[in-house]
Amino acid sequence: MEAIGRPEAGGNGGGYLAERGWRSWAFTLDHKRIGAMYLWTTIFFFLVGGVFALLLRLELLSPQTRYFSNHAYNVFFTLHGSMMIFLFIIPAIPSGLGNFFIPLHLGARDVAFPRLNLASYWVFVAGFLVIIGSLVAPMDTGWTFYTPYSAKSAAAVTTLSLGLFLIGLSSILTGLNFIVTIHKLRAPGMTWHRMPLFLWSMYATSIIQVIATPVVGVTFLLLAAERLLGVGFYDPAKGGDPVLFQHFFWFYSHPVVYVMILPAMGIISEVIPVFSRKPIFGYKAIAYSSLAIAFLGFLVWGHHMFTSGMSPLANAIFSFLTFFVAVPTAVKVFNWIATLYKGSITFESPMLYALTFIFLFAVGGLTGPFLGALATNVQLHDTYFVVAHFHYTMMGGTVMGFFAGLHYWFPKMTGKMLNEKVARLAWALVFVGFNVTFFTMFIAGTRGMPRRYAEYLPKFHTENVISTIGSVVLAVGILVMCWNFFQGLRKGGPAPANPWRALSLEWKAASPPDTENFHEIPIVTEWPYGYGTPKA
Amino acid sequence: MSGHSDEHADPAVAFESAKLGVWTFLATEVLLFGALFTAYTIFRMKYPELFRVEHAKLDRVLGAVNTVVLITSSFTVVLGVDAIKRGKARMLEVCFGATILLAAVFLCVKYVEYSAKFHHGLYPGTNLFFSLYFMMTGLHGIHVLLGMGLLSYVIVLSRRGRLSASYYTPAEMSGLYWHFVDLVWIYLFPLLYLLG
Ligand code: HEM
Ligand SMILES: [Cu+2]
Repeated sequence: MEAIGRPEAGGNGGGYLAERGWRSWAFTLDHKRIGAMYLWTTIFFFLVGGVFALLLRLELLSPQTRYFSNHAYNVFFTLHGSMMIFLFIIPAIPSGLGNFFIPLHLGARDVAFPRLNLASYWVFVAGFLVIIGSLVAPMDTGWTFYTPYSAKSAAAVTTLSLGLFLIGLSSILTGLNFIVTIHKLRAPGMTWHRMPLFLWSMYATSIIQVIATPVVGVTFLLLAAERLLGVGFYDPAKGGDPVLFQHFFWFYSHPVVYVMILPAMGIISEVIPVFSRKPIFGYKAIAYSSLAIAFLGFLVWGHHMFTSGMSPLANAIFSFLTFFVAVPTAVKVFNWIATLYKGSITFESPMLYALTFIFLFAVGGLTGPFLGALATNVQLHDTYFVVAHFHYTMMGGTVMGFFAGLHYWFPKMTGKMLNEKVARLAWALVFVGFNVTFFTMFIAGTRGMPRRYAEYLPKFHTENVISTIGSVVLAVGILVMCWNFFQGLRKGGPAPANPWRALSLEWKAASPPDTENFHEIPIVTEWPYGYGTPKA
Repeated sequence: MSGHSDEHADPAVAFESAKLGVWTFLATEVLLFGALFTAYTIFRMKYPELFRVEHAKLDRVLGAVNTVVLITSSFTVVLGVDAIKRGKARMLEVCFGATILLAAVFLCVKYVEYSAKFHHGLYPGTNLFFSLYFMMTGLHGIHVLLGMGLLSYVIVLSRRGRLSASYYTPAEMSGLYWHFVDLVWIYLFPLLYLLG
């Protein structure tokens, strides 16, 4: 890794972005362009989903339904939840940043199957178009589509199932592509133990995508068949079993929370050592804990169903196993903190988001066991405690990791620098807004406020007003961030090849990288975390 | 898109990648069917009597015929792949053509079976056994169709002179896929038709 860490000349006037016109994007086989298209698409859905969130918060300003009907409220939280999950948080990091950076990290010219990569993007687009088509009769089932209600609801569940099936297919194809790429296209000298941790996390993520997604695919197919043909698998009147749907659904949807979180953890593992100028602590532990999470994640789905009437033994087993998954996660967090310890830390925006990730995710994580534990779960089940918990993990965790990645890699992706002052201002607003919004939900939840209702008892009024104010601050913060990205794109100063003095391979390419990534395929002789040594 | 292409500089890497890719894809297919097999197991345990009575309504002879047809088609695929490895493109086309033909026979037999069931008022939704029967064989049938498409694509490639003794990846990969389709049927047949 000779030249790494030494700032090279900046981009050569556009790199992979040089070609213009919509065809050069729509038919591109370049993983960087495909990644960029995914990023645009998923960020768009994040913003739309955010608007729905604000509408929910608006309605919750008053204890009675005031602005919308109850039905409208159900539709809004279903749309908010499904969009955030299926169209934003699952694809954003893997398909967006992953597509962009996996080959660069590996020292490869592209992914293993570029055509398949493009196909999976368009399958994704087809999927969300079908989903948008299903809005003629909007969903009101919640994002979990539990039968029997979803089998009977007048909403366009069948169309939606098909759309989600397509999204799932796209996710499988992407995961497959990444697995093969990581196995077969590593640069000379890039052994498994010299791979950046982002790659390890993406590898584990891809395994989950490939194993879990087919099951949910077939679940949605069966749901469609239930509605079209009345096959009865989920229908007690026909001898079927609605709990079967829940098992299938959570067999996918629990592992999928790791599809949401693992890639973000990968980003954090990249950012922390760079901005503390220290080698990552416990490299192998972090790498293998990703695989452990992927594996254990498949064993614990039942903890979503404590109240659905499984046997007490099954409940106890799932409860126990759930505590077990916390171990590899904790391993990662401790290693990050050990890396930070005595590092020469600087607080650039990627680092601010990375630290925010650790903090908020820890809060989310620590409240998890309350839900995982059988005893308290029944008490807190379906209250705002749950809503707060999963927003701390998903938004406080994954989305902050995503933001860290966007700020970290912005110079590489665009060849432009961001305005760091504005970035920090946006961060402050996001941080404060987030905690005001969601911490109050913990309080409301422990006091018993149930989720998924447009109306609530007056005794929860104060919490809800505070939470709504927080959500406005949060929204402003996100808008400032977006504005900063646009300004950076339009008139940011040219980015050097390696503004953060990082050691992984992507910083060896120009900013923005050329279509072929590297002029010469780099030869790797050591791991990418040798910070604090004379070379870096 | 300057200079970006599907083929890697190193054909050995390309072949290895394709192979790993297809195997991974087949793993996802196993899981896709796996959910249905799980449902089958659960409901069979729950309603043994129903399954015993209903399975007798399936036509074992037609099922057995179809089993033979599919196994034969797997054999012709092997012959085809072997042929192209020795550079015999014409032979590959004949063998894969035969496979497609056998697949068509399979689907015709399925059509006869389905219409007979409909004729007797047995539909998906009639009872859990027939729901499973139609879902499982239906999904399998879709895979047969997809396989026919793949094999035709290989024939087209071969006719255009794109395949040779040194590059036969598409033939080998679609062959692998076809064996999978065959294999699923080999599980479905005893499960649905024979086990009482
Ligand atoms: C932008 C700030 C956000 C706010 C203010 C917000 C607000 C809310 C509220 C109030 C609910 C609960 C509705 C109810 O149970 O009555 C909710 C539900 C939900 N949110 Fe968010 N949210 C935000 C961001 C996110 C993000 C980033 C994600 C995921 C990536 C997310 C995922 C979900 C999910 C899955 C549900 C459950 C929907 C359901 O019950 O079907 N939210 N959100
Ligand atoms: Cu879970």
